[in-house]
Amino acid sequence: MPPVEARSPNTQALQGISAKGLRVDRGGRAIVRGVDFDLRAGEALLVLGRNGAGKSTLLRALAGFLPLREGEVQLDGGAEETSLAEQAHYVGHADGLKAALTALENLQFWARMLKCASATALSPEGALEQVGLARLGDFPVGYLSAGQKRRVALARLFVAPRPIWLLDEPATALDVGSQQKFAEAMAAHRAGGGFILAATHAPLGLVGAKELRLDARRARDVGGAA
Amino acid sequence: MSSPLLALFGRELRIARSVGGGGAMGVVFFLILVSLTPFAIGPDLNLLSRIGPAILWIAALLSTLLGLDRLFQADADDGSLDLFVMSSTPLELVVLTKCAAHWTLTALPLIAAAPLLGLTLGMEPAALAGVAASLLAGTPALTLLGAIGAGLTAGLRRGGLLMAVLILPLTTPVLIFGVASASAASGGTVPFHTPFLILCGLSLMAVAGAPFAAAAALRAREA
Repeated sequence: MPPVEARSPNTQALQGISAKGLRVDRGGRAIVRGVDFDLRAGEALLVLGRNGAGKSTLLRALAGFLPLREGEVQLDGGAEETSLAEQAHYVGHADGLKAALTALENLQFWARMLKCASATALSPEGALEQVGLARLGDFPVGYLSAGQKRRVALARLFVAPRPIWLLDEPATALDVGSQQKFAEAMAAHRAGGGFILAATHAPLGLVGAKELRLDARRARDVGGAA
Repeated sequence: MSSPLLALFGRELRIARSVGGGGAMGVVFFLILVSLTPFAIGPDLNLLSRIGPAILWIAALLSTLLGLDRLFQADADDGSLDLFVMSSTPLELVVLTKCAAHWTLTALPLIAAAPLLGLTLGMEPAALAGVAASLLAGTPALTLLGAIGAGLTAGLRRGGLLMAVLILPLTTPVLIFGVASASAASGGTVPFHTPFLILCGLSLMAVAGAPFAAAAALRAREA
């Protein structure tokens, strides 16, 4: 029987994220400007745009790697005194895995580093099974293919559950079956009240997601006028 | 130490031990530097035993800095650093833990090897003990100062040389008081504890200040 406190009380759950007038600069130029969005629990936001439109920049700013030049992000509910970054997972172009360690060692490390007392957290072994790599757990990551590495990186989402997933081209190098599995995992995450913000060119299978279109030229024009 | 930091410490040790981790490189480099010196200076045992502490200290300084440029570079390349920045564990503590692991891997073997190598330079027992004690007190400062340079150059290709150029001038006080306390151990006009306590103070200052500087440098990496 699971312990009673396994269910987090509703007051703790994150209810919404709203951003107003976000502007992010890189190298003194406005890359992203005037971005607004409003997400409630269970919703997903697809960040679309051409190469260089600032999709990755926006996600990296939300994750706290780049400072917001203007605007603010407000969280509704959620654990007190925690920033968006501390409640978010970021999956970017780099997988955050050490080639010399095995897939299991990598995941065990991140499970402890991102310490999480949630009852829904999968064990590292369970997370590897979730992404279909249970047999390769004791294999050094350096020998895995690009798609398999990406699946180990995605398994990190399950060992330390966090309400917000910031995904930058998460389906890169994934085969069709894994994309399907990942779409199911994202749907389950949203059904549990999670948030997904994804930048992508390929369809991710997010049903009913909001769309945010970034336009590189507009951001630069407005940035130059200011 | 809490569980995330222990996990990080364990990971660093495991990576260094694996193939290509370069865990033993520092001490091997140290050994080569020290054994090359007599070939350059000649077999004058009196001279060698007099400048022995200085040779050991310079070799220790260089071999400590040798692996330090990779301290954050590897994590920056594979994206781990981004996840450290995001985690609820303060980045300053992550820096301090990584420095502790690096010190354990490179400086500790070096301190153990120093008295043996000092023997080949004809140093007296008291001087050997002095060198080991001064290295034990001084190498934390070297590692932590180097961490600032490693943080500043983490985003750059070929940042290793730039890091050495930035950091070597800052290590001057450590070198002065390190060699002074090692020499004072085998006699001289200065009592051993005067330079030794200053050396300990330098290390403590580095422990208190360097993690903040290195963490700030890592956060400003992209902006």
